[in-house]
Amino acid sequence: MTDVTAAALEQAAARGPIGASPGRARLRELGFKALLLSCLGASMLLLGTLLVTIGADGLSRVSLDFITEYPSIVADKAGIWPALLGTLWLMAVCAGFIIPVGVATAIYLEEYADSSRWYNRAIEVNIQNLAAVPSIVYGILGLAFLVRGPLSLGNVVLAGGLTLGLLVLPVVIIAGREAIRAVPPSIREGSMALGATQWQTIWRQVLPAAIPGVATGVILALSRAIGETAPLIMVGAAVFVTSEPDLMSRFSALPIQIFDWISRPSNDVNDYAALAAGGIVVLMILLLGMNAVAIWLRNRYEQKW
Amino acid sequence: MEAASTTSARATPALGVARRRLGEDAIRGLLLLAALISILTTTGIVLSLAGEAWTFFQEVGVNDFLFGTEWSPIIKPQSFGVLPLVSGTFLVTAIALAVAIPLGLGSAIYLSEYATPRVRKVVKPVLELLAGVPTIVFGYFALTFFTPNLLIDILHFDVSVFNALSAGIIMGFMVIPTVASVSEDAMSAVPGSLREGSFGLGASRLQTSLRVVFPAALSGIVAAVVLGASRAIGETMIVLVAAGQIAELSADPRNPMYTMTSYIAAIGKGDLATGSLQYKTIFAVGALLFVITLVLNAISIRFVRRYRQVYE
Repeated sequence: MTDVTAAALEQAAARGPIGASPGRARLRELGFKALLLSCLGASMLLLGTLLVTIGADGLSRVSLDFITEYPSIVADKAGIWPALLGTLWLMAVCAGFIIPVGVATAIYLEEYADSSRWYNRAIEVNIQNLAAVPSIVYGILGLAFLVRGPLSLGNVVLAGGLTLGLLVLPVVIIAGREAIRAVPPSIREGSMALGATQWQTIWRQVLPAAIPGVATGVILALSRAIGETAPLIMVGAAVFVTSEPDLMSRFSALPIQIFDWISRPSNDVNDYAALAAGGIVVLMILLLGMNAVAIWLRNRYEQKW
Repeated sequence: MEAASTTSARATPALGVARRRLGEDAIRGLLLLAALISILTTTGIVLSLAGEAWTFFQEVGVNDFLFGTEWSPIIKPQSFGVLPLVSGTFLVTAIALAVAIPLGLGSAIYLSEYATPRVRKVVKPVLELLAGVPTIVFGYFALTFFTPNLLIDILHFDVSVFNALSAGIIMGFMVIPTVASVSEDAMSAVPGSLREGSFGLGASRLQTSLRVVFPAALSGIVAAVVLGASRAIGETMIVLVAAGQIAELSADPRNPMYTMTSYIAAIGKGDLATGSLQYKTIFAVGALLFVITLVLNAISIRFVRRYRQVYE
């Protein structure tokens, strides 16, 4: 509503309908605006309170020792090292899965798929539905197909990372499609006119132009995956890991470690709640860092055609 | 002579002869294969849920499961009536929606009808940040701050340490960004000419928002609410952490309460033997959860399609 006409009309309207007292109309208008603002304000207030509480509970607990120590029954000695490494491993596996598969799917749907064919429409509807399946259901899938059953990988990093990968794959595909769609057809036509094949056009012209958008989507997908707890519970992430994880070993992860500390009753000797808050601070810093990179990428490389 | 003619033939490519390129076809095939992974995922979900749920229903009657009012999968006498889990889920979801619908729609109306571009630029990232907070963090907040400090100390509510009320309210805030962004999209899609017509007839901005834009965007708003409900039903960690673990058919939100998701996670935490009846409950409850969210998503997609058709 930036139209000049609209603004003028609205000013006229603000004076109120003929015959009605203009003061009351304006008062009602102001009251409504205040009501709407307080709706937004409630979200901001909650977010602010949440960040402050967690900072107050957890900041004092975060130290170099907290990062580099192993978990312990004694709260004062406990740290997040294996959980942090586990999370980094999970993110690596997840990225290794979603980048090739997500980008390939996005390219297929945007550049190759003929949407009048039923199977291409089925793929699209399916991705839309997958995006809204509860995360715990992905955990059940991981448990039944990856950890046990057909693949029987066991409770290992690979199974956890792939489960998270399947969960956030729709995010990458949807963002990738938007980025590819934003590359104007003239770029493709120019490339084709110079004799490039379709794949040469995609690989050398379309994809490089779409990379900032794709990268933003990948980072947002990873920042969703990094805080997911429920699927990892289902695939049997462990709490007490006493060695550094690798691809085929049992693992813990930051959210799992946080959940475990939250579940323990705190007392004067062992303040597990503070440990949980400390873990949350580290998790939130990782998250904010990833989001900052995504925003920077979007602003730095965003191309207007 | 022979050699010279071949080189010259190679130098000038044959125009107009369409030659199939094997490499191009192979790449197309690979890309299609990647796209099929998403179909495979759905198939995997359906097969894993249906397979184990099938064996579960050979031991427990479908009617006993769907309409039974006792849920006691471990403690004998065992009983597998899922209604307590379903009622817990719906109660927490109802509380969440009671928070998210007014606040989310209010935010959406403000962003779409009142906010200047500069305000939008500040407010939108805040909502995105709220949407990005891991749910385990919301759970921690509900359990260690919202329940003891706000509900008990300040408001003097008579609630247990673990209760459905706190989990539901905090879950409502988790759902606000979904409701706000989907319904704001719908309101922004309402053509400006409708607003101008309304202003031209002397309506105020309040009247225009509520009586013109809101009804015109109604199908999108319904989609937003349904999508929000589906998010709330599928959410696990907030309830697992803050709502406690008691399966009882009760409508009192001050009490601890299991939901379908928190039950699955709580029992999935233990290392259950494959094939045990407890292990199979994961899949039976999971299948019910999957069907409920699938139906809600289908409804929401249908409503979104309707407003797109009208205005785009």
